[in-house]
Amino acid sequence: MLLLLLSLGLLLAGSALAVLFFRRPAAARAAGVAAALLASVCGLAASLQTLFSGGFSSLSLPWPVPMASFSLVLDPLAAFFLIPIFLLTGAGALYGAGYLDGNARERAGLAWGAFDLLSASMTLVVLSANAVLFMTAWELMALSSFLLVLFDHERPQARKAGYLYLVTGAAGALALLLAFSLLSPSGGPMDFARFARPGGAAAAAAFLAALCGFGLKAGFIPLHVWLPEAHPAAPSHVSAVMSGVMIKMGIYGLLRVLGFLLPWPAWWGGLILAFGAVSALGGVLFALAQHELKRLLAYSSVENMGLILMGLGLGMLAVSDGDYALAALSFSGALLHALNHSLFKGLLFMGAGSVIKSTGTGELEALGGLSKKMPVTASYFLLGSAAISGLPPFNGFVSELLLGLAGLLALGPRSRLAPWGAVVIVSLAAVGTLAAACFVKASGSVFLGLPRSRRTDGAREAGRPMLAAMAVPAAGIALVGLFPSAALRPLSAVLGSILGPGAAGFLSAYASVPLACAGAAAAGLAALLLALWTARALLLRGRKPGAGPTWDCGYAEPTPRMQYGASSFSQPLTDLFQPVIRVIGRYPRIQEYFPSGASFSTEAQPLVYNTLYTPAARRIRGLAYRFSWLQQGRLQFYIMYIAAALIGLLLWKL
Amino acid sequence: MHILAELVIVLIILLDLGLAVTGSLSACIRLVAAQGVLAGLLPLLAGTEGISAGTAAFAAVIVLLKGAVFPWLLIRARDRSGARQDVEPLVSYPVSVAFCLGSFVAASWLGSRLPLPETGVAWIVPASLATVFTGFLLITTRTKAITQVLGYLVMENGIYIFGLALFVQQPMMVELAILLDVFVAVFVMGIAIFHISREFDHIDTAELSELSDWRREGYGS
Repeated sequence: MLLLLLSLGLLLAGSALAVLFFRRPAAARAAGVAAALLASVCGLAASLQTLFSGGFSSLSLPWPVPMASFSLVLDPLAAFFLIPIFLLTGAGALYGAGYLDGNARERAGLAWGAFDLLSASMTLVVLSANAVLFMTAWELMALSSFLLVLFDHERPQARKAGYLYLVTGAAGALALLLAFSLLSPSGGPMDFARFARPGGAAAAAAFLAALCGFGLKAGFIPLHVWLPEAHPAAPSHVSAVMSGVMIKMGIYGLLRVLGFLLPWPAWWGGLILAFGAVSALGGVLFALAQHELKRLLAYSSVENMGLILMGLGLGMLAVSDGDYALAALSFSGALLHALNHSLFKGLLFMGAGSVIKSTGTGELEALGGLSKKMPVTASYFLLGSAAISGLPPFNGFVSELLLGLAGLLALGPRSRLAPWGAVVIVSLAAVGTLAAACFVKASGSVFLGLPRSRRTDGAREAGRPMLAAMAVPAAGIALVGLFPSAALRPLSAVLGSILGPGAAGFLSAYASVPLACAGAAAAGLAALLLALWTARALLLRGRKPGAGPTWDCGYAEPTPRMQYGASSFSQPLTDLFQPVIRVIGRYPRIQEYFPSGASFSTEAQPLVYNTLYTPAARRIRGLAYRFSWLQQGRLQFYIMYIAAALIGLLLWKL
Repeated sequence: MHILAELVIVLIILLDLGLAVTGSLSACIRLVAAQGVLAGLLPLLAGTEGISAGTAAFAAVIVLLKGAVFPWLLIRARDRSGARQDVEPLVSYPVSVAFCLGSFVAASWLGSRLPLPETGVAWIVPASLATVFTGFLLITTRTKAITQVLGYLVMENGIYIFGLALFVQQPMMVELAILLDVFVAVFVMGIAIFHISREFDHIDTAELSELSDWRREGYGS
């Protein structure tokens, strides 16, 4: 706990220093990066120690705010979510040192201040054990990330994203306030330790409010609308942190609140599983239809949040069914996937950032052939793509294996949850396939083939701090992939703090053999790849590989424009799912015999935004307009409203 | 002693009514100053024991501020702004008086319902509430910025008397806190009014809505 307080202090000090040095960007950057790195080292040490030794420490200080106390609790659940926070904010700071170098120098101080504040607030969200402290940290997190989304505020797109993010954040916070007030017994500080399950419909209301509030941060369908706007708008190291870690705070909060709401009715788990399946499938389909790299990655985050929610939902169903073995498997699959997703999504966003920094665009149709100019970035991106598609020997495979095992166990003869198990298995299979297609499209059209435009001409390999930062999540991906059994102990500790100590035993009983097998298989596969690589290197020794034209089907003059484009690659799949994705193509009608100039563009319609949010927003605007007579624009009237409200309150309380 | 205090209370209520009907700006400033002086004298008259030196000094500061410094600042602001010499009400004077009387009735009812400790001086709670309401009335129904300052001052008088009713012995704590706020507010407003009138040639707050980004016509475009 002391180490964590130290890292919190370091982050806040770094944030303050960075803002103070806003006139000297180099000093601001140094303060921001150094604080984030040091804090990461301290924090990682503390959380790993808690996870592996199963410790529990708490701290409570009085805080002279009504219903508040400065209570921090470090239990295995908190420690588990602290690991991605510190890994990615440390790596993100290092990456940002290279990424922000040279542009928007006058904003560097504010950007670093907000970045360190974001790290500190996420740490505090995970540690806090008082609702007021939690909400303060939660709002600080929203505020600092909002500032970072607005980093390029000259672009209208960034302003729109920031506005949407602010509104959804506020709506989520409102729902959370409702949930906490339902959970908290009246009077006294709103400490988590005092929270109790309210009776009757209030418990369901608290659950739904928490699901809505945390879901708006976690970004599952249909609460994901801010994600594909905000992630592309933010600088890439911030996207990595936001998508890798910040949206996991929604999952963390949901788990924490669910802990107060035991026992769970069956429909809660079913609802979460259904949301998870819809977001997993919808997310990957929308990702497939995108043609901007970071937007594609953002939709893929929606997909992965869906996978995590599916695991949570199945686990909750199992708990309400009394099947703790299944619950242990599903929860650990979900938790491990949360960690894994932050590793590979962080890596992928950093890779995308390197491409955008060196070419100035993330449009897939303008890129291509970058693996020759940015070989290291290309291999990192390939690694991340393989991991996110759930391929062995990487970490995505391990967590999806756990989720699949849970699904199979639910299908088994002793379980009453067979239909839900089938949903999990089918969605997992479909999502895995589509995600692989999606990332073949992404990394293929960026790094392989020939350049599709002149923008890649000046592309250079990313700078050293950026490459070093990418090595951190890459190492994590390989470690979890090769040694999955090492995850058993921390996962058991976390399960113990959610479900009680009994559940931890089930996990090692059911998962240790498959995980050991997965580890062995991964090691074998890795050894095989290494052997092939060595053999290739040996065979090529002393010879020079020749470069020649690709087989061109008899075309005399193939040009780069004839190669597969990103959207032509995915068109067969997007056509199949046209009712959901709604890709609209725009092209001129050919009217002459010898048409000259023509253009073609496709765009996937944001289905949920258009069919759910736009009409709702129109209704709200219409309703608000009916009250516009209240808005006279005169100071006197506003003062009168305040006075009337105060007098009304006074009379009401008499 | 309490006879005198109750006389002061009656005067304060009369001044409230006077403020509601007075159209001249300088008369308004004088009425507010008079009310402030009376309110400042109240702790000297309402105390059950003798007057301590601290209470006397405190009352002297209040009387000086409300009777001399604030009126001087306000008259200066009025002269510099070159505004018209009447208060330009949004509602007619009879309606203002009706509101003021209604607020006094409501305040009497409210004063009987509020769970307050016994006070030695009759009508002190209703009078204080009525003064607060009159302050609100001045703020909401007069257009000029300077009358809003006056409204705040009247409200402050009301809050001060209310504080006196609750803590007859030491109203200082309450008063000092509020007084500081009001002093700063009057100071800032004095400067702001001067600057606004220099920029826009008037101090009509209704016209200031031109500066807001709310456009009724802009809806839906």
